[in-house]
Amino acid sequence: MTNLFSFENVNVTIEDTKVLGDVSLQIPVGHLTVVAGASGSGKTSLLRLCNRLDVPTAGTVRFRGTDLAELDPLVLRRRVGMVFQQPVLFGGTVAENLHVAASDAGPDQLATALAGVELGAEFLARIGDDLSGGEAQRVCLARALLCEPEVLLMDEPTAALHPAARRSLEATVQILQQESKVDVVWVTHDMEQISRMADHLVVLADGDVLYSGPAQSAEADWALATLAEEVD
Amino acid sequence: MGQGDVDALGLVTSLLLIGVALAVSLGQQLRLEKQLVWATLRAFAQLIVMGFVLAWLLEPGRSVLYSWLWVVGMVLFAAWTVRNRAPEVPGLFPIALAALTASMVVTMGVIFGLRIFPMEARAIVPLGGMMIGNSLGSTVLAARRTADELTDKRPEVEARLALGYSSAQAGRPYVREAIKTALTPRIESAKAAGLVFLPGAMTGLILAGVDPIDAVLVQAAIMYLILGTAATTSVVIGLGSVRRLFTPDHRLRRLVRKA
Repeated sequence: MTNLFSFENVNVTIEDTKVLGDVSLQIPVGHLTVVAGASGSGKTSLLRLCNRLDVPTAGTVRFRGTDLAELDPLVLRRRVGMVFQQPVLFGGTVAENLHVAASDAGPDQLATALAGVELGAEFLARIGDDLSGGEAQRVCLARALLCEPEVLLMDEPTAALHPAARRSLEATVQILQQESKVDVVWVTHDMEQISRMADHLVVLADGDVLYSGPAQSAEADWALATLAEEVD
Repeated sequence: MGQGDVDALGLVTSLLLIGVALAVSLGQQLRLEKQLVWATLRAFAQLIVMGFVLAWLLEPGRSVLYSWLWVVGMVLFAAWTVRNRAPEVPGLFPIALAALTASMVVTMGVIFGLRIFPMEARAIVPLGGMMIGNSLGSTVLAARRTADELTDKRPEVEARLALGYSSAQAGRPYVREAIKTALTPRIESAKAAGLVFLPGAMTGLILAGVDPIDAVLVQAAIMYLILGTAATTSVVIGLGSVRRLFTPDHRLRRLVRKA
């Protein structure tokens, strides 16, 4: 079966500093993959390669078997949605923010998008700046989903949220992944979140792959124990 | 003194307000003293050199070709200044040079083609200077603000890119803001012409004894050309900067905020 993403000897260097060093790994289709690592381990850099917000210094990244360099980045980015660590809302109402992703969408479609992330239609008229962090992140998620992506890249999406909002967003994404069949690649350094979310796991340390494989295995436990020491 | 002459005492007196500004800067710890002194000395030195150059250019029998060469030099210096003010924008010099050159060709073509002024050294150099000098501020601001906007709003720009926007679409709201900021002083200046201040060329012509209505018409033409030049170069520089700040595959380049 073709993998969702394949990394083949991928290197990323920024101003002579290694960010990712000779990374080779696969992210399978049909899973919620968690990319874990301490701060500066290269996990966000790995994620940004998946929708070509960055490109590797050397090596190849493939999406469903095709070299990303051969794909139109604008088409790719609508197939591979992304939610950032800090919720990014543009000026105006929630409806206006959602229209940035789908300019032709009517009120019903926007309300459905919000319902998918467990927000009521009354949010459409709310000003983005007035929302809580959790609400804003849900709007960002709804906006990404309006592009009908095959994959969602989530870059520490709960880092700025309080624990209750964190758990709630996790649950929403898990439901989305199971019911909408959207593959999810979720970046985090939160050890509890890793155990709650991952069914496939990638652990990075200083730009190298410490582990890549099923989340339930003795090797995964060893990698997480090593990561826990580093995070502490 | 009289009829536009100024002696050493008059020149020193004109520096009084600079002295006040220096005192305010020191008192309020604005740290502008060095820049104020440098700008004052540099402007004086440049104007003295300009005076000698003009005197040389205006000598009877001197070819106007030298005046045009001087204008070419001004355009090159202006383009170099734009590039230096926004060093994080790669390849800005050729864009600035093309924009300023094209604007100069059009404006000087209008001024001398329609015989608003005779094509003589005494008109070519000062008018060229006015056009370039007035558009330089807006052009530098357009480049600077575009780079700053894209640096400051990187998360927003990348959020748009992540939704499948092209670099031109993703950068549009920010370059629009940058161009608006760059042109606002020029637009406000045009709105205030005649009400708040009397523009330089008109004042000069009236002082030289030209009929005020004729002076006003000449000034209006010059003002429109200055506004048009500033607007055109700012838009070209703003849009050009956006193109240079993104890669061809619609990624925002890494930008380092200028200290």
